[in-house]
Amino acid sequence: MRFRAKIVDLACLNHFSRVINTIAKLAKTCTLRLTVSKLYFILSDKVANGGVSMWCELCQGNFFDEYQMEGAATEHNEIYLELVPENLSRALKTAQSAKAVKMKLTNKHYPCLRVAVELPSLSSSSRIVTHDIPVGVIPRRLWNDFREPSVPDFDVSIYLPVLKTMKSIVERMKNLSNSIVIEANLSGEMNLKIETDLVSVTTHFKDLGNPPWASEDGCPSSAPDRDLESMAEARIDIRKLQQLLAGQQVNPTKALCNIVSKRIVHFILLHEDVSLQYFIPALA
Amino acid sequence: MPFSTQLPASGEPYVLVVSLDNARHLSSLLRAVHFQDHATCFATANGLRVTVEDAKCIQANAFIQAEIFQEFTVEEESVTFRINLSVLLDCLTIFGTSSLPGTSTALRMCYRGYGYPLMLFLEEGGVVTVCKINTQEPDELLDFDFCSTKVVNKIILQSEGLREAFAELDMTSEVLQITMSPDKPYFRLSTFGNAGSAHLDYPKDSDLMEAFHCNQTQTNRYKISLLKPSTKALALSCKVSIRTDAQGFLSLQYMIRNEDGQICFVEYYCCPDEDITEAEL
Repeated sequence: MRFRAKIVDLACLNHFSRVINTIAKLAKTCTLRLTVSKLYFILSDKVANGGVSMWCELCQGNFFDEYQMEGAATEHNEIYLELVPENLSRALKTAQSAKAVKMKLTNKHYPCLRVAVELPSLSSSSRIVTHDIPVGVIPRRLWNDFREPSVPDFDVSIYLPVLKTMKSIVERMKNLSNSIVIEANLSGEMNLKIETDLVSVTTHFKDLGNPPWASEDGCPSSAPDRDLESMAEARIDIRKLQQLLAGQQVNPTKALCNIVSKRIVHFILLHEDVSLQYFIPALA
Repeated sequence: MPFSTQLPASGEPYVLVVSLDNARHLSSLLRAVHFQDHATCFATANGLRVTVEDAKCIQANAFIQAEIFQEFTVEEESVTFRINLSVLLDCLTIFGTSSLPGTSTALRMCYRGYGYPLMLFLEEGGVVTVCKINTQEPDELLDFDFCSTKVVNKIILQSEGLREAFAELDMTSEVLQITMSPDKPYFRLSTFGNAGSAHLDYPKDSDLMEAFHCNQTQTNRYKISLLKPSTKALALSCKVSIRTDAQGFLSLQYMIRNEDGQICFVEYYCCPDEDITEAEL
């Protein structure tokens, strides 16, 4: 099992750091899956997470100048590691003006992801700051736990409003209630609602647009004869939604959510070279 | 506290309807008196007064006169209710507190009277938020009976002179001591904290002093924890008037200019902690 990678381009490095920062805000511990072409940050839906799951995918070619990996066996050329993304985020904080960052999987005393940051220096020899981030190697027999989640058979799919606006609103609503109802219909309307003994607040968004999902075999789409005005809704933990919105450091190219009434809300945030899916289950 | 059962939101006509193009004109003033969760709202044809009290010895009032609003209609002589101020502020600032220049949240507030919730309709950038906040029986409020005839000492200061002093008050001191006198030190703020005593003097001929009318030497102490929230009002204001009466009751009146240059007032009243009237300082 080997993994070596290097980032030299500063823009790529900053972009990569931003992705890691976002992941760190969403998960305390997660799985890093390395393949020849991609990196994945995965959180599978355990009770400990409150049933939330995450699937974040990056093309290594968009970030790394050098990238070599070798899995445990040739037919299964992948590596699955358990790590604390906050550790990686902190290591990358020292790399804001780095000349290069090298990452390598090592196993001196215990498995680590070694992050070596080469910093500019006035003298001829470079300054290198090395971070050893402990990782857990996940054995092949458990790899099935981390399969890509399928897009659920949703009732409504809708583009999200401007995330900055949604974030302010959800932050305020978080002060007032523990749970929030997201409802949307196929006419591009979405409502965010909270209701307690003391106060009820509803925010109405219009003209958001509904993404066109191709209804081919195997591809999900909402029932063709669904009433356009009818709302699909789910009540979810407001802190999970706030965490998702607070973690977004850059505006995504596309942001949408799929609602399975009373079951789950599936968020998809797409940037140029990163895709993030986040599943928040409905509260009982 | 008695919690009136809320009647459905439709039915009776509104007794209070107000509209405001920029909700910040209201939210920033309410923040200046937000040191307790609950407030009493009192509306008359003159405008809106929001009162917050604590420990039966401090009272803050925010006054927003009817002219500030684009629409201000009160159907009865006066309308009073108690409401959770923290919740009201969260609703008024639902679209966030910082705003891009040129954007503002438009507000419409409606109330049908006793037993009904307060309805808020807020709009920014085409997005509408509707809030329904339950109201309660109004409390009996303290009456400090502070009228101009009873004032013993009065000064008016430019707020910038006091801002730093109040922001840096030694909070390890239990009291803030205020001395006002026709003689030196004229106006002195003192604290007695863990590190020692600190005195800040403002001479009567200072540039910051807009008016100085002290007839008698008075030294009074006030619980610093009660007065500290007034710092928020001070931060917003351009001028402050400081007055005391014969019992040592303190009145702080803050003149606040909003984004559109309109004037509003916030006042704080506070009971003295101990009554010390000394000839020597």
